[in-house]
Amino acid sequence: MKKIITLILCLLALPLPAVVEYHPFSDPQKEQAYQTLISELRCLVCQNQTIADSNADLAKDLRQQVYDMLQQGKSRQDVVDFMTQRYGDFVMYRPALTLKTGLLWLGPIGFLLIGIGLVVMLARHKKTTGPVPLDAKQQSRIQDILQQGEDE
Amino acid sequence: MLKLKYHLPLILFVVLAVFLAIGLRLNPKEIPSPLIDKTAPAFSLPILATPDKNLSQLDLKGRVWLLNVWASWCVSCRQEHPLLLELAKLNVVAIVGLNYKDEASAANQWLAQLGNPYNVSIMDKDGRVGIDYGVYGVPETFVVDKRGIIRYKHTGPVEPGDIEQIFLPLLQKLQQEPA
Repeated sequence: MKKIITLILCLLALPLPAVVEYHPFSDPQKEQAYQTLISELRCLVCQNQTIADSNADLAKDLRQQVYDMLQQGKSRQDVVDFMTQRYGDFVMYRPALTLKTGLLWLGPIGFLLIGIGLVVMLARHKKTTGPVPLDAKQQSRIQDILQQGEDE
Repeated sequence: MLKLKYHLPLILFVVLAVFLAIGLRLNPKEIPSPLIDKTAPAFSLPILATPDKNLSQLDLKGRVWLLNVWASWCVSCRQEHPLLLELAKLNVVAIVGLNYKDEASAANQWLAQLGNPYNVSIMDKDGRVGIDYGVYGVPETFVVDKRGIIRYKHTGPVEPGDIEQIFLPLLQKLQQEPA
């Protein structure tokens, strides 16, 4: 029985996520900066993960790089610049607003404005057209129907 | 106006379909490198064949060279290897191998087994130079001109036809530029 329980426990342990290496910080502010940075940098090998989430080799190296830079007293912006100089804006999940990323940031607002514009235009269009008056023939037919009912 | 109103959904659908079709054809793995037209990042790394000697990018000034990032553990490197051997035979460019996060013994064995297209290979054991070059998927190939400026980056294995269609014309052009 004990063996079976051990076996079951061993099998249950398999899907546990890989242990992420531990980086000791003496300064809690730096640790905070580290945690924020690694959850904002994209892992380029496994593109829909941050380097905090990924256990790819490159993600591990980049975490080490971020850690080393912070320990050397570099600022958050220094690390961001270092990464974008090498990997491009793509490496940031929230890229800085530049000419190149402008469409990305302002595009949604632009689409919203286009949408509002369309709605306003359509609403105005409806108001100005209004109901179309009937011509003489239609008018007399309506009179007939109202007087005798439609069955002829 | 009436006609446009009825056709609008169709037009919107076509526009959307075109955008989606383009999106499907893009390769999300290909990220444009910000290093194009920038000076090749500096390095000084031990040479695989003679580890007591280092090679730096300054040693290559005045020459057009390729930096091919490879590793013995990299499966697609094996795929592009014969093409690099072919390119080496043409003797038109210095091919520098950046042996990325590899063991020297494994790398040497790999070259002995499959042939060595590299004029020289250097060892980037901890991958720091790889980070400086923005390497994220091995193999990658950089083309550096005589002034030490990166002119082209090829991400992923060199495919049949790439040498003739991309590399040779570019190399020919770069060879003609003044140092």
